[in-house]
Amino acid sequence: MTEKNTPENNETPDAAAGAGSPTPDAAAPRAQPGKKAAKKSGKKAGQADVELPALGFFGMLRWAWTQLTTMKTALFLLLLVAVAAVPGSLFPQREASPEKVAQYLRDNEFWGPVLDKLQFFEVFSSVWFSAIYILLFISLVGCVLPRTKQHFQASRRPPARTPARFTRLPESGVLELPADAEAGQNDEVLRRVAKLLKRRRYRVSVRPAEGRMGASVAAERGYLREWGNLVFHYSLVGVLVSVAVGGLFGFTGQRYLVEGQGFTNTLIAYDQFNPGHRFDAESLSPFTVKLDDFHVTFNRQERTDGKYGTPVGFDAKVQVKDSATSEWKAEDLQVNHPLRVNGTDLYLVGNGYAPVITVKDGKGDVVFSEPVVTVAQDGMYNSLLVLKIPDSNPDQLAFQGFFLPTTTINANGAATSSDPDALLPSLYLNSFYGDLGLDSGKPQNVFSLDTDKLNKLNDRKLDAGGIVLGREPGENVYTLPEGKGTISFDGVKRYIGLQVRHDPGKAWVGGFAALATVGLAISLFIPRRRVWVKLSDGPAGENPGTRSIEYGLLARGEDPRLTAEAKALREQLMKEFPGLTPVEITSADNGAVRTLRD
Amino acid sequence: MGISPMIGSTEIDLALGTNSELAMLLAAMAYAVALVVFTLDLVRSSRTVQELEQSLLAQEDKELVGVGGAVRVSKGARSATARGGAAAQSGTAGTGGTGAGDDASSGTAPRVRHGNAEVDGQLVDDSMDYTRGAPRRGLARVAISLMALAAVIHLAAVIMRSIAAGRVPWGNMYEFLTTGALIVAVVFLVALIFKDIRFMGVFVSALVVVMMCAATMGFPTPVQPLQPALQSPWLIIHVSIAVLSSALFTLTFAMAVLQLIQSYRQKALIQGKPDRLPLMRLVPSATSLENVAYRINALAFVGWSITLILGAVWAEAAWGRYWGWDVKEVWTFIIWVIYAGYLHARATRGWTGNRSAWLSIVGYACVVFNFTAVNIIFPGLHSYAGT
Repeated sequence: MTEKNTPENNETPDAAAGAGSPTPDAAAPRAQPGKKAAKKSGKKAGQADVELPALGFFGMLRWAWTQLTTMKTALFLLLLVAVAAVPGSLFPQREASPEKVAQYLRDNEFWGPVLDKLQFFEVFSSVWFSAIYILLFISLVGCVLPRTKQHFQASRRPPARTPARFTRLPESGVLELPADAEAGQNDEVLRRVAKLLKRRRYRVSVRPAEGRMGASVAAERGYLREWGNLVFHYSLVGVLVSVAVGGLFGFTGQRYLVEGQGFTNTLIAYDQFNPGHRFDAESLSPFTVKLDDFHVTFNRQERTDGKYGTPVGFDAKVQVKDSATSEWKAEDLQVNHPLRVNGTDLYLVGNGYAPVITVKDGKGDVVFSEPVVTVAQDGMYNSLLVLKIPDSNPDQLAFQGFFLPTTTINANGAATSSDPDALLPSLYLNSFYGDLGLDSGKPQNVFSLDTDKLNKLNDRKLDAGGIVLGREPGENVYTLPEGKGTISFDGVKRYIGLQVRHDPGKAWVGGFAALATVGLAISLFIPRRRVWVKLSDGPAGENPGTRSIEYGLLARGEDPRLTAEAKALREQLMKEFPGLTPVEITSADNGAVRTLRD
Repeated sequence: MGISPMIGSTEIDLALGTNSELAMLLAAMAYAVALVVFTLDLVRSSRTVQELEQSLLAQEDKELVGVGGAVRVSKGARSATARGGAAAQSGTAGTGGTGAGDDASSGTAPRVRHGNAEVDGQLVDDSMDYTRGAPRRGLARVAISLMALAAVIHLAAVIMRSIAAGRVPWGNMYEFLTTGALIVAVVFLVALIFKDIRFMGVFVSALVVVMMCAATMGFPTPVQPLQPALQSPWLIIHVSIAVLSSALFTLTFAMAVLQLIQSYRQKALIQGKPDRLPLMRLVPSATSLENVAYRINALAFVGWSITLILGAVWAEAAWGRYWGWDVKEVWTFIIWVIYAGYLHARATRGWTGNRSAWLSIVGYACVVFNFTAVNIIFPGLHSYAGT
């Protein structure tokens, strides 16, 4: 696509080198019906003097197609994609942060729903964004397919015909071959020139004299440039298709894993699971992962402003079993170092604390004894804890509050964590009893508690006060008021947030992206050049018997090194035929000669 | 751990970090002085050329008599002579430029072209090669020497910073800016060896000063350890290519701005209006600026593509997805699309020249936005502003 509508400067060197003479656009002849259609609608009233052919339905389609595949349309669509992507960065996106979208909708009661209707929270899967890029890709394919055919044919054809006057080419020169030089007959000279050009990796064809035109050598190189261009564009299509395939057949799942726990890759094992539309649960690879230990390294160097105590390393020691029958293997799972098991990848994307809590109900039975996953709210790991105990008797119990890894009482007398490491862990909880509503079968978020229908048991504002566990040594058990039971804080474990992902298109995306880059580099940096060399008799009158070698070069597309190539070629010619002398051309053409870009 | 020492030593040398910051300030001051001298040079050169031309004009008016048939020769020849220095030969005007070719010494082929002929008195050749015999620009020499000195101090500062932190020096905004400024300065100084792009001196030194000030005043960040997501060998490759591409985009942005001014000036001159921007004669013609900018942009676009792809590879390992439309990813994509548009525009009728220059400018505005606002304002995975 890169050069589609280049004023066809390069096809016909004579026309192209003629400065300022506008050559017909490649797409222009095809676009003719379009112009007529535009005229037709514009001149509805009268003016029957111009006979307009009816375009018809297929004519319209054809016209639409030619319009869509012009470079101008492609460029417009390309820039439109850039503009359309902007809202995707200005508004929160559901895919990445659904909670922020919900917050935005709460904050903007009028504009929120309007923007939502217009799909501004799912920009990259919205109808309008999809429409633009699909049109762009159709335009791209419509552009590239005919070019492929063209280039395939061009690469099998001999180099272009020799132009009549070389002085109109961007690079040209004349070298005089003295009569006494041992250069041989005309065809012998041209054969040697052809050989020389072949050495410079040109495709060469020697042409016999024809009409007024003398014998000449035509050469072309850099066919790879256009192949690179085509490969680049096809690869982009490949990337798009691979992304789509990966999304359709893959899945993404989240799973919290506390130290000592493990899970087997089945649907029910996930805390959250997002399959593609064509995902098949049978395809889940039957591996098992167990977290032995999760180690966090903290920055303990003083004076690293604001960075003291920040985590600088996460290291999860896990064991993996590829299938039920295979052996356990020890692995390290880190940020930037995912675990790859049979085409499924596990990433370390989160972590936090899971205090081990035991609850006995009013009857003295142990109704809960497990680590509880808490959600860190800030860099100091002030972590939110919600615990629901539906199995307790006589009443269902619930706890809500904070886990503080390093408990400190601040100036206001409030407890807060002052370090992300678990140096002085404690629990600050409120408790509730009543019907948790879990029996209704409605799914609930395990990390939030609806306290509206519950009775408060412990709260700072109540006489009973809040529950504080672990702050003072030995204060690890608390007896709930009204004989509802006891809660004990038995220890601290860490957990990791795992993202599990299977994306069958991923390798293809990478492959096509790499291919696109290679194609792009080739299409930009390999020059496509044409060279013509012809023999003519020396200027009449002076030095009878002399001949001159004329050469001319033309670049197709950008080629800053064409002048250097001309120089190198001239030097080689002078080496090949000793005795050559450069001739100065002082024709009136000179003033008009420009580079093609002008 | 599998992490190379280039990206994750946790011990930090704070004293060395402080020295690095001092050296950084010193370099910034040297750049500032270079900027002043570059500006003086620009003013001085413009005046020199005017004087030189005045004298040549007087000389040529005599010679031009009797060279009737020459095609639109007077302006082109005069500019060529001005460029070639005072070596005004009698043959200059006769063949409409061949004579100029000899002393401009660019003549690889016997036939000579020079696109500058359309405008009077360009001081810089379209090929941006140094021309022997051109008026000496002593002040420019001083400015370049100052800039080289600043770059050496700057390099030392960046290396110290890198050693102090025990990793590559691009882990936060302060480091992006200081390292980026160093790359801009070095690219410019190296390019100066091959091409006469002294006309960009004011712009480049000003930019470097701005970047250094932004770093030291806007984002003063002492040496810090890296957060785990950044501890990857990809930091070395992905970020360095991104910074390099951005530096190239910076150069082409400058060229695009100059191109617009030059094209406006050329239009005015062709219409016979007086030259209101004589300074611009130190700058090549609009067309040649466009051509050079295109080549650099092509290179930078490939670099940006690689940045984008390697970023995706890294994101896959660090965040569990290769592309997630994070704010930074969105803007990197937008920039890629705009420069893709730029490359296509060059091949589209009606989009070359000033329009493609505008595309380049818009693209660069997005690069700056991506680097500043996206890092600072938008919450995203790439918010590495430092503090």
